Amino acid sequence: MKGLKIIVLAKQVPDTRNVGRDAMKADGTVNRAALPAIFNPEDLNALELALRIKDNNPGTTITVLTMGPGRAAEIIREAMYRGADKGYVITDRKFAGSDTLATSYALALAVKKLAPFHIVIAGRQAIDGDTAQVGPQVAEKLGLPQITYAEEILSFRKEEITVKRRLERGVETVSAPMPLVITVHSSAPECRARHAKYTIKYKRARSLSELQDTSEDYLQLQKDRPYLVIQEWSVDDIGADVEQLGLSGSPTKVRKIENVVFAGRESRLLSSSDDDIEDLMKELITNHTVG
Amino acid sequence: MHNIFVYCEIEDGQIAEVSLELLSKGRFLANRLKCKLEAVVLGDKLDNIGKQIMPYGADVIHIADDKRLYPYMTLPHSAIVKGIFEEEKPQIGLFGATSIGRDLAPRIASALKCGLTADCTALEIGNHTENKTKKEYRDLLYQIRPAFGGNIIATIINPDTRPQLATVREGVMKKEMLSPDHKGVVKNVDPGKWLKDEDFVIRIIERHIESRKVNIKNAGIIVSGGYGVGSRENFQLLYDLAGVLGGEVAGSRAAVDGGFIDHERQVGQTGVTVRPKLYIACGISGQIQHRAGMDQSAIIISINNDPDAPINQIADYTIIGDLTEIIPKMIKYYQKNTK
Repeated sequence: MKGLKIIVLAKQVPDTRNVGRDAMKADGTVNRAALPAIFNPEDLNALELALRIKDNNPGTTITVLTMGPGRAAEIIREAMYRGADKGYVITDRKFAGSDTLATSYALALAVKKLAPFHIVIAGRQAIDGDTAQVGPQVAEKLGLPQITYAEEILSFRKEEITVKRRLERGVETVSAPMPLVITVHSSAPECRARHAKYTIKYKRARSLSELQDTSEDYLQLQKDRPYLVIQEWSVDDIGADVEQLGLSGSPTKVRKIENVVFAGRESRLLSSSDDDIEDLMKELITNHTVG
Repeated sequence: MHNIFVYCEIEDGQIAEVSLELLSKGRFLANRLKCKLEAVVLGDKLDNIGKQIMPYGADVIHIADDKRLYPYMTLPHSAIVKGIFEEEKPQIGLFGATSIGRDLAPRIASALKCGLTADCTALEIGNHTENKTKKEYRDLLYQIRPAFGGNIIATIINPDTRPQLATVREGVMKKEMLSPDHKGVVKNVDPGKWLKDEDFVIRIIERHIESRKVNIKNAGIIVSGGYGVGSRENFQLLYDLAGVLGGEVAGSRAAVDGGFIDHERQVGQTGVTVRPKLYIACGISGQIQHRAGMDQSAIIISINNDPDAPINQIADYTIIGDLTEIIPKMIKYYQKNTK
């Protein structure tokens, strides 16, 4: 197949895997400033599958769509450095507090704005929530079939794509017509490194929000090289109903957040001395825990 | 109307473990709410399925028996479950947090515009007062789960939308038979009522459903390692200890992400939940996500060079020191005292 149009859904997330002691504030809320913002790992797997399709199908274009604050344009640049063609940041204060249902509503509207397309592809889940809901919910809102937990794209034939899925107890190979939504499992190939050529080309790509924070004059540059514009879309741009966004559009509410406090048990402290270890093993043997 | 529904998964003609666990929890919640427990089963050749489900306390079982419904496919299953939910208007819907449940439940939530909470580690019933409006809600489902990398525990509610949907991983809830003689009503569902030809656009070409090679869930002794083990090589020590004690080796998510151990051995909220009689945590700091998967262990030993590691607070024994020194000693003194 030649010239597919692929939309990659990606999210910039706090790196919850490397949480330090300063990650929580004294009041029990998350100190986002202390956590580095990264490209959600499985979205990178999704980008890689999209890039592989592009490698094998000249003329394919990859558009990255992300929803978040203005600085989320960082991950669009990261995607461009690896071979994505362009990207959009869906950003608006009215999105704040959106749960997966409201988020998928907004993303689905943005995807529709980019239609026609062949494939919408995203990571299975984001590490700040681990819900794995947004991909299937976007698919439902678009009225499209979904293939979740993709590990490998096996082939294209006419308008049909064949994909290997990673399930908890094995693998499954399925074929589906396009357009469709695919979510990608972490067992899929890792994303390639930045490409020097693209890094130079897109180094100065900026969104409007980012331009406001810089004294450099990008406007002329962007006029001369339109590919350096990272477009931002607001609620109005995607034609969303505000009632279906943010807190009002989110059926799930957080009733309570507890900072993690470990309930103490009666505990015995041992050293690594031979005596301590031998006593412990004897005790475990005596009370039939082992042996 | 307003009952609790459990979507039951089928594996080789049997109800999946996770579904029986959810039925057990569902029965408990139904008693609390004084409503009925209903099961939904979609598949092929389901003649004996009612008998498997009833002892777990289902009052009504909706069965859609059609050869097109096995193996699971997203579109036909979501069309039927959505159809049943629209007619029956459950107050709560429970799904396994499995490859199937996590594929299906979000589609249902999106179609019904209702809330869904993934990977709950506890489900409770309680009231809620909205802060701003002072509006009172009674008997909501508290959907409790670790969030944000396990640094917080969030209680999620769906005050205004129904059904309240949740997914729960296998092993989190306890499987408890209500009574072998419990009888429920079987309602045969005509799938044709909801299915369209377009629901079958995806074709399954091949499946290898491998039974789990490693079974840490049923191991009586688990030697588990975290990021603090340091390397894949050091993990060999854990295998040595597990081999001597007759146990299995597991790891935390950090150890899996670090490439020290395979995902199928991961304990925790996004892995397997275990309840061994002995859990030896080596170099595991003890994030709540990990704890959620092992804190029911009968005896917990923590080996850590950090006296302040959170896991030490739930450990029965804490050994402070270098695990490369401690584990060989444990092997040595175990062998010495069992001979």
